[in-house]
Amino acid sequence: MAAPAVIDSAALERWVRTFAVAIAENEELLTRLDSAIGDADHGSNMARGMKAVLARLDESPPADPAALLKQVGMTLVSTIGGASGPLYGTFFLRMAAGAGDADALDGAGFAAALRAGLDGVVARGKATAGDKTMYDALAPAVDALDAALGAGDALGGALRAAAAAADAGRDATTPMLARKGRASFLGVRSIGHQDPGATSAALLVAATAATLA
Amino acid sequence: MKKLINDPADVVAEALRGVAAAHPELRVDHEHKIVYRADAPVRGKVGLISGGGSGHEPLHGGFVGPGMLDAACAGEVFTSPVPDQMLAATRGVDGDSGVLHIVKNYTGDVLNFEMAAELAVMETGVEVVAVVTDDDVAVQCGTGVPGRRGVGVTMLVEKIAGAAADEGRDLAGVADVARRVNSAGRSMGMALTSCTVPAAGRPTFELPDDEIEIGIGIHGEPGRHRMPAMPAREVAEQLIEPILADLDFTARGGVLAFVNGMGGTPLLELYLMYHEVATILQKSGVTVVRSLVGSYVTSLEMAGCSVTLLRLNDELLRLWDAPVRTSGLRWGA
Repeated sequence: MAAPAVIDSAALERWVRTFAVAIAENEELLTRLDSAIGDADHGSNMARGMKAVLARLDESPPADPAALLKQVGMTLVSTIGGASGPLYGTFFLRMAAGAGDADALDGAGFAAALRAGLDGVVARGKATAGDKTMYDALAPAVDALDAALGAGDALGGALRAAAAAADAGRDATTPMLARKGRASFLGVRSIGHQDPGATSAALLVAATAATLA
Repeated sequence: MKKLINDPADVVAEALRGVAAAHPELRVDHEHKIVYRADAPVRGKVGLISGGGSGHEPLHGGFVGPGMLDAACAGEVFTSPVPDQMLAATRGVDGDSGVLHIVKNYTGDVLNFEMAAELAVMETGVEVVAVVTDDDVAVQCGTGVPGRRGVGVTMLVEKIAGAAADEGRDLAGVADVARRVNSAGRSMGMALTSCTVPAAGRPTFELPDDEIEIGIGIHGEPGRHRMPAMPAREVAEQLIEPILADLDFTARGGVLAFVNGMGGTPLLELYLMYHEVATILQKSGVTVVRSLVGSYVTSLEMAGCSVTLLRLNDELLRLWDAPVRTSGLRWGA
């Protein structure tokens, strides 16, 4: 039985808008986490970037998944700055390439696009598991999504499994020693703090379960 | 939070309005938040651009002008500028001899400059070489893959590479000088107080009245360890020992000794620190041939200082002494 291709550009737009709301609601939390081990700007940077994404979507909503993902990526690259700009921007740009020219994606197609986005983050930031970065929330989520879909789960359940894996990955960053970004300059003092990038990445995955299921 | 601002969201844009109003010899692109020397691009000269988060002034916009940078891109406070800015600046300073990007070694700066260089090559065909500064000995190599932070030596690279470009060297030659300055310089900083990013509204870290933070960077990030407050003489030892342990500064050419204020430290204290630094260097067999004392690479209103030593030779000394005419550094021109 082939899964229905339900994830069109309108669905992806709902996902992105829900992520933007989550970022706005958690702006202070992200900034507080970043001030412990970074430079206290992750919340305001992400909020600025997602606000610009919403403005672009209001202005010109793209017609197909790849165009929408590309527009989101380009806007984030141009507005966030810091490390998060190129990393989140590259994530969406590679997702766009992964989505190809389909009008809508099925679960497997969406999972493949997410995987392409994750690979882009790795290529840009060169992070690996356990470095205490957004990768530590994103990678388990993409793995969990693949596993659940592979086991024949419905899209909703698979996305919820991905969100749970992202949350667990985020929580697991707390005892980690940071090996990337500004947090790494703290050495052992980075231990005991939840990573802000993993926290925003978990919000991104949670938004998929809330909107695409 | 008490600051001389209107709206925290407008700090950088409004400061650039002031730069434009105060300096007719500069041209400000307000849309892209770029400070250019007014006569850019200079035909036949390698263009030099730098940029980074705001809050480090006079770095980088204060070092735009003859003998130093052709343009500087201003990011949000403590946040790297975005690739669009560096791409526009690269176009704006290209005098048909290529463009050097001077990048401080922070993940955000490196990634954004990398994307800009990729776009510049694709969209304009301008030849771009990036030199990354990483002089901060507080960051122990091997623990962090990002490596050491770029701090005080960045402005020395901008000055000396700027002079090399003025001499008519080609892009490879200017980049070579920039890399040699970076590898011959080491820095270490400390903070007496934290600082407040306007958008955050409260200090980045809490530092009790009787403690100091050793090994800080320039983004209000906490340092490597905390110590009880101590006399300046002992602070100077804390800063210089790791620098001298990292690189031999006793060579015949001597050194440039640079005591830098973090933004909220009076010049009175910086000169007092310079005396302590010079005394330790003399005892350690290090010959100081040039000095620089002042707040050049800052962290908003943070109180504290950093020490940078740069190993000189005849060539680097001549380039350091060459005329420079910027709002933040000016002599001989």
